[in-house]
Amino acid sequence: MSTSVEPRGWAKAALHANGWFVYMFFYAPIVLLVIYSFSNSRNVGTWGGFTLDWYSDFFDSSNARGALSNSVKIAIFSTIISVALGTMAALSLERFTFRGKKVFDALLYLPIIIPDVTMAVMMLLFFGEFFDVLDALFGLGLRKGFWSISISHIAFNISFVSVVVRARLAGMDTDLEEAAIDLYASRWKAFRYVTFPQIVPGIAGGALLAMTLSLDDVVITQFVSGPGWTTLPVYVFGLIRKGVTPLINAVSVTMLVVSMLLVVLSIVAQRVRRNG
Amino acid sequence: MTSAVELSGITKRFGDVVAVDNVDLSIADGEFFAMLGPSGCGKTTTLRLIAGLEFPTEGSLSIFGQEVGTLTPDKRPVNTVFQNYALFPHLTVLENVGFGLKMQGIDKETIRSRSMEMIELVQLDGLAERKPSQMSGGQQQRVALARALVNQPKVLLLDEPLGALDLKLRQEMQLELKKLQRDVGISFVFVTHDQEEALTMSDRIAVMDDGKLLQVATPEEIYERPANRFVADFIGQTNLLEGTVSDAETVILENGISVRAKNGFIAGTHVAVSLRPERAHIQSQGKFEEGWSHVNGSVETVTYLGNALIYGIKLDWMDLEVREENHPGVELHRPGAEITVSWDPEAISVVSN
Repeated sequence: MSTSVEPRGWAKAALHANGWFVYMFFYAPIVLLVIYSFSNSRNVGTWGGFTLDWYSDFFDSSNARGALSNSVKIAIFSTIISVALGTMAALSLERFTFRGKKVFDALLYLPIIIPDVTMAVMMLLFFGEFFDVLDALFGLGLRKGFWSISISHIAFNISFVSVVVRARLAGMDTDLEEAAIDLYASRWKAFRYVTFPQIVPGIAGGALLAMTLSLDDVVITQFVSGPGWTTLPVYVFGLIRKGVTPLINAVSVTMLVVSMLLVVLSIVAQRVRRNG
Repeated sequence: MTSAVELSGITKRFGDVVAVDNVDLSIADGEFFAMLGPSGCGKTTTLRLIAGLEFPTEGSLSIFGQEVGTLTPDKRPVNTVFQNYALFPHLTVLENVGFGLKMQGIDKETIRSRSMEMIELVQLDGLAERKPSQMSGGQQQRVALARALVNQPKVLLLDEPLGALDLKLRQEMQLELKKLQRDVGISFVFVTHDQEEALTMSDRIAVMDDGKLLQVATPEEIYERPANRFVADFIGQTNLLEGTVSDAETVILENGISVRAKNGFIAGTHVAVSLRPERAHIQSQGKFEEGWSHVNGSVETVTYLGNALIYGIKLDWMDLEVREENHPGVELHRPGAEITVSWDPEAISVVSN
C-alpha cells in the first residue's frame, strides 16, 4: 500500500538508481575479485581462461598455509580471551557500582578511538620493554610472535566485545536477575540460567566481531609480529610489494569465504537457540 | 500467635534518602494485606525488605518468628510476584514455573508434576509449552503467580500485581487473586498505589507516605476513621473543611460557624473536618434533615454520571463536592440554584495534619 510520504515519479526512480549504485559499489569489486581469482593469467585484470592454479598455489605454499594457520590460531585464542574479559567488563559496568567506574568506562573505550598506528607503536614499545624485563628477570627469551600478536588483538577486542555485550545487557531487565534470586538461585546460577541465556546473542555478536577484527588486522599485527611469524593479512600485504598476481585474489577469496561462513554460522546458531 | 511478618523499627536509607522510616508493622498469617501510598512513599522498598532484595539499615524483621533481616532471598520462606512479572523470556511457561524448584535441587519428575499442578490452578492448562512473549498480560500475570506459589512460600509478596493490566482485566484478576489467596491460605502482601484496589481486595491496609507508616487498619476503618489528613485525602474522595477544635463535640469552621464533630483533640487544635461527597446531601435552601449540620451555598457545576450526580458547590469561603445517587424522583439542582448542604454529624471524621 502506498502512503503519502512514499516518493513518486522521478524521485522514486532516482532513489532506486541510487540503491543499485550503492550495491554496485559494495559488490562489484567482490565479484571482480572472485572472477579474477580463477583467471589463468599473471596479470590481474586480464582474463586468461579458467584455472584453479592460484588456489592450488596458495594451498601448496607453506608460507601461505603457515600464515593462514597463524591467523586462525590467533583469531580463536584472542577471541576467547577477549570475549571472557569483555563480557565481564560489560557486566561490571552494567550491573554494579564501584569506585572509579566512570574512569574505567572511559578508558575501556580508548582502544576503539585510538588510531591503529598509534596503538601499533604503543604495542611495539610495550613489548620491547616488557619482554626485555621478563627476559632479565626470568631469562625466558621471549620473542615477538604468537603471544605479542594475541595480546595486542585482545587489547583492542575487549573494548569491542564489551560495547556489544553492554548494549544487550542494557536492554535486559534487572528484575529478571532479582526474580531468579528470589526463586532460590545463587548469584552464579542466576547468571548461568537467566543472565547468560539473555546475553548470548550479544556475546556471539561480540565474538564474531572480535574474530573478524583479529583476522583482518594488518597495521598492529605488522608492528608486533616477530621475524618468521606472520598472519594472513600481513602475508597478503607482503605479496603486493612483490607484484600483484591473482594469487592475492585467491587468498582474499578464501578469507572472504571463511568470514562469511562465520557470519552464517553465528546466525544459524542463534536461530537454533531461539527455536530450540 | 506469631505474626507471618513482623517489622519493628525498620529503617532503610539509600545514602541521605530515608526510604523507610522507623516502621513497625505486623502482618497476620492468612491475611490479604495491602501497602498503599503514592509513588516514592516507601511501600515497594518495604516489600523488597521483606523479600530480602534489600537489607534494612536499622531494625528487626522476622517471618514466623525467625529473624531474617540480613538473610538473602533464597533463605526466606517468601516469594515475590514482580511488577512487570519478570518472567524469563527464554524459558517456557513450564520452565518458568519450575525454576524455583529446579534451583532448590528438586528432582525432575517432582518439578514437572508440581509445576503442572500449579499451572492448572492458575487456569493455564494447555499453555505450558508457550513462551511468555506469546501470552497476554493477564496470562503472564498468572504465570508469575504460579512461579511464586509453586515454591509453597509462607508469604506471597506482590509488587503492583495488577498495574500493567487494563481496567476490565484488573477487576477480574482482583477477584481471582482473592480466591487464590483463600485457596492457598497464606498471607498475600501486596503493594499498590490504587486506593480502590486496596479497599476492595484487602483485609487490612497500611497507608504509607514519605517513608512513614500512617495507618494500619481495615478498609472500613481507614475510610470511616482516617488517622490523619493525608489518609483522609488519599483514600477516596473527600472535602476537607478547615477549622479549630472548640471541645470534644464541636469544631468551629473557618467561616465561624460551629458544627458537631466528635473528636479526640484538645481545644484550639487546628483540624479539618473530612466530609465525603456521598455523605453530604443537598436540598433547596433552608431545607435540611433534623439534627444535621448544614451550610448554605450555590450550585456551580453539575456532572451527570448516570448512576449519580456530582455537584460542585460554592460556599462563601470554599468549594465542596457533593455526590447524590440518581434515585428515581431525586431532586435535580441546576447551576446557580441556591441550596443547603447538610450532613449527619456521625458521618464525618475529624483529622489533624
